[in-house]
Amino acid sequence: MRAIGIILAGGNSSRMRELSNKRAVAAMPIAGSYRAVDFALSNMANSHIQKVAVLTQYNSRSLNEHLSSSKWWDFGRKQGGLFVFTPTITRENSLWYQGTADAIYQNLTFLKNSHEPYVVIASGDGVYKLDYNKVLEYHIAKRADVTVVCTACPDPSEVERFGAVCMNDDGRIEEFEEKPIVSSYNTVSTGIYVIRRRQLIELIEKAAQEGRKDFVNDILIRYKNLKRIYGYKTDAYWSNISTVESYYQTNMDFLKPEIRNYFFRQDPPIKTKIDDLPPAKYNPGAHVSNSLVSSGCIVNGTVENSVLFRDVFVGNNCVIRNSVILNDVYIGDNTHIENCIVESRDTIRANSYYCGESGIRIVVEKNERYVL
Amino acid sequence: MIKKEMIAMLLAGGQGSRLGVLTEKVAKPAVAFGGKYRIIDFPLSNCINSGIDTVGVLTQYRPLRLNAHIGIGIPWDLDRNEGGVTILPPYEKSTDSEWYTGTANAVYQNLEYMEQYNPDYVLILSGDHIYKMDYEIMLDFHKANRADVTIACMPVPIEEAGRFGIMVADETGRITEFEEKPEHPSSNLASMGIYIFSWPVLKEALTALKDQSSCDFGKHILPYCREKGQRLFAYEYNSYWKDVGTLGSYWEANMELIDIIPEFNLYEEFWKIYTKGDIIPPQYISSEAVVDRCLIGEGAEIYGEVHDSVIGPNVIIGKGSVIRGSIIMRNTSIGQDVRMDKAILAEDVVVGDHVEIGFGEEVPNVYKPSVYSFGLATIGERSVIPSNVRIGRNTAISGVTTPEDYPGGELAGGQVIAAKDGGRV
Repeated sequence: MRAIGIILAGGNSSRMRELSNKRAVAAMPIAGSYRAVDFALSNMANSHIQKVAVLTQYNSRSLNEHLSSSKWWDFGRKQGGLFVFTPTITRENSLWYQGTADAIYQNLTFLKNSHEPYVVIASGDGVYKLDYNKVLEYHIAKRADVTVVCTACPDPSEVERFGAVCMNDDGRIEEFEEKPIVSSYNTVSTGIYVIRRRQLIELIEKAAQEGRKDFVNDILIRYKNLKRIYGYKTDAYWSNISTVESYYQTNMDFLKPEIRNYFFRQDPPIKTKIDDLPPAKYNPGAHVSNSLVSSGCIVNGTVENSVLFRDVFVGNNCVIRNSVILNDVYIGDNTHIENCIVESRDTIRANSYYCGESGIRIVVEKNERYVL
Repeated sequence: MIKKEMIAMLLAGGQGSRLGVLTEKVAKPAVAFGGKYRIIDFPLSNCINSGIDTVGVLTQYRPLRLNAHIGIGIPWDLDRNEGGVTILPPYEKSTDSEWYTGTANAVYQNLEYMEQYNPDYVLILSGDHIYKMDYEIMLDFHKANRADVTIACMPVPIEEAGRFGIMVADETGRITEFEEKPEHPSSNLASMGIYIFSWPVLKEALTALKDQSSCDFGKHILPYCREKGQRLFAYEYNSYWKDVGTLGSYWEANMELIDIIPEFNLYEEFWKIYTKGDIIPPQYISSEAVVDRCLIGEGAEIYGEVHDSVIGPNVIIGKGSVIRGSIIMRNTSIGQDVRMDKAILAEDVVVGDHVEIGFGEEVPNVYKPSVYSFGLATIGERSVIPSNVRIGRNTAISGVTTPEDYPGGELAGGQVIAAKDGGRV
C-alpha cells in the first residue's frame, strides 16, 4: 500500500451519555466481540496499510489496553506498526489536542518521517468495511487534493451529527455544511479522507500558523473552492455510533442475517484483540432467542432479541429483552432487564427491575460482586 | 550461558488409534476438546501457569494441524527470546535417520535440545490428558525428597487398577515396585505418565539405553533407574485428571463439562486454559432455536435444538434439527430436520437434511469392536453425509459419502463406511 493511516479516536460525545464516562467512543464494544476502533483498524490492515497512528486523548485507558499490540490486526511490526499518540508536553507545546487538525499537527513528525505518498484518515467510531485502495484509486483518477468518503444520510433528522456535502456531476464537492441543523443535501461525510502526505503536511502547517484547529472547518470547508475536494460515494453498510440511539441500533443491526453475514462471514474479516475465554454455556432454564452471545457467557435465564458481550452471567429466572449487555456483567437471579444498555463490569443484584420506558435506559450499577 | 531450572518435553507424536476416525487426519493432541480447545492446550497451559517457559513438543504422526495450532506459541505466552515452545520432529542424521520409536527414544533423539538450556530438571508430559496441575508443586516434592525421578500418580478404584501401570510405594512415597497392568494389584496408585527427572539421571539413563529398541519410559527407563537403586518417588495427585484415549472416555469428558458446576471448570479465573482463538464473532441463537445444557463456541449459528451437547466454533445447526448428547467440532454444518443422538462429528463435516444419526439398538462394530463402541456414531474430518440417510450406533464414517454408500438409505448399527475418496476408518 502506498499510504499510512491515521485514526482520530480522541473524541468524546455527550450524546453517549453515561457510556462515555468510562471510555472514548472508539473503545465502545460492538457486536459482542469487537470494539469500534477495530473496524477502522481492520479496514486499514485489510487494505495493506502497514503503519497506523491512533490519535487519542479522552479517557484513553480502555483504548490503550485494547491497542496493546499490533499483532491482533496483523500490521507490520518491524516495518511500520501501530502507534498510539496521546498528547505530550513538549518545549513548544503543553496543551491538549484542541481539534482534529491540531491533533495531527502535534504529531507532524510522524507524517514527516514517513515515506508513503498518501495518508488515509479515518475516525474511530464508524462501523463499516471499506477497501481504502479503491478510494485511493479514485483519488488519483480524479487528481483530487482531498477525497472525502460519503454516504447517504441514514436518517435525515440526524444530519446535524454529520457534515452534509453537495457534489457536482464529476464528484467534486461544491458545498460542505458541518453539522447543520437542517440541510438540503442528503449526502454526508463519513469522516474518512484520502490526501497526499505532503499536501496534508502543508495544509496542517498553514492552519497551525493561523491558529486554526479543526480539519473539517479550517481545511475542508475553507479550501473547498481552492483545492480539488472530491467525494467518493459508498452505499455499503456504514454506521456512526456516537449517540446512544445509534450505538444501540448498530448493535441490534447484527441480529439481521445479512449484516451478520457481511461482517462475520464475508472476506475480509474484522479482527480484534483475542480474549482467552471458554465457550458460552447454557444451563437448564436457559431460553435464548434471536440473540448474539459471546464467549465466556453463562446463561441460566431468558434472553430475547439481545446482544450479550463477553463474560456475561445471567442468573436463574432472569428476563433480558431488547437489551445490550456489555462485557463482564453479572446479573443476579429473577432480574428483568428490558430496552437497556448495561455498562460493562456491572453487578446487578438479584430481583432487580430495569426497563427503558421511553427510549434506551443506561444501567450503571457499582455493586460489590463478591459479598463476604 | 542460558540456564533454565526445569524444561518440559511434551510427547505429542502418537496417533491415538483408539480414537478411530477422529485421529485419521490429525494427531491425538490436536483433536478438539470442550468446544474451542485442543487436547494439547491443557498441558501447554499447565506449563505456562506453572512458570515453565521452555517446552519441546515432540511430533511425528500427522503434525500439520499441531504445528499450525502451536505456531510460535503466542496464545500460551510461549513466544520467548530464550526458550519458549519448540516443535521437535524426527530428523535425518549423518549416519542414520530413524523415526521416534518410543517415548524415551524420542526424548533421547533431542538430547541436544535439552542440553542447550542447561536444566536441573526435565518434566516429561504427554499430550493426551485433560487436567489442571501445578508442576511447580510437584517439583517442590521432588526436591524435598531429594528424588531422582518423581512420578505423578493418581489413586484409582482397586478393581480398575488392573488397567494401569501401578506404583507400589512405601509410607514415605518412595516407589518399591512397579506392576504393569497387574492381575492382582498390590496398590491403587496409577501412573499418570507425568515424570520429573533430575537431568543427570535422565541423561545417563537415556544414553545407557540408547540401543534399546522402542525405548519407552514406563517399560525401560523407570525399571532401569530402579534397578540402579535410584530414588523414585510417587507424587500423589487428587484432582481432576482424565485420559481421553478412547472414544468413550473422550465423549464422557466432554459431557462432564456441561454439568452446572463441572468438576473440571473452564470458567475459573485462576489457572486459565489458553488456546489459539482464531474465530472472533459471537454466536447467534435464532428465534426457533432451543439451547439447553450445552457449550457452544464462537461464531456458531443455531437454528435448531441443542440438548446436552458440546458445539465447536463456527458450527451451523439448521432449522428443525435436534441434537442430543453429541460433540460437534468446528466448521461443521448440519442441515435441516436432522436427528442426532450420541454422535461425535469431527471438523469440517457437512451433514445434509433429514438425516438421522444414532438410531436403533447397540450392535458391536464389525470392524473394530474395541474402538467403535459406547453406542457412539463417529464421523471423521471433512466427511460428507448426504440427505435422507439413517446411521446406526457404534458406526464410523470417513470421507465424502454418497447415497449409494447407504443401501436402503441406511447404515446399520456396527457398520462402517470408508468412502472411495480415501476415507479410512
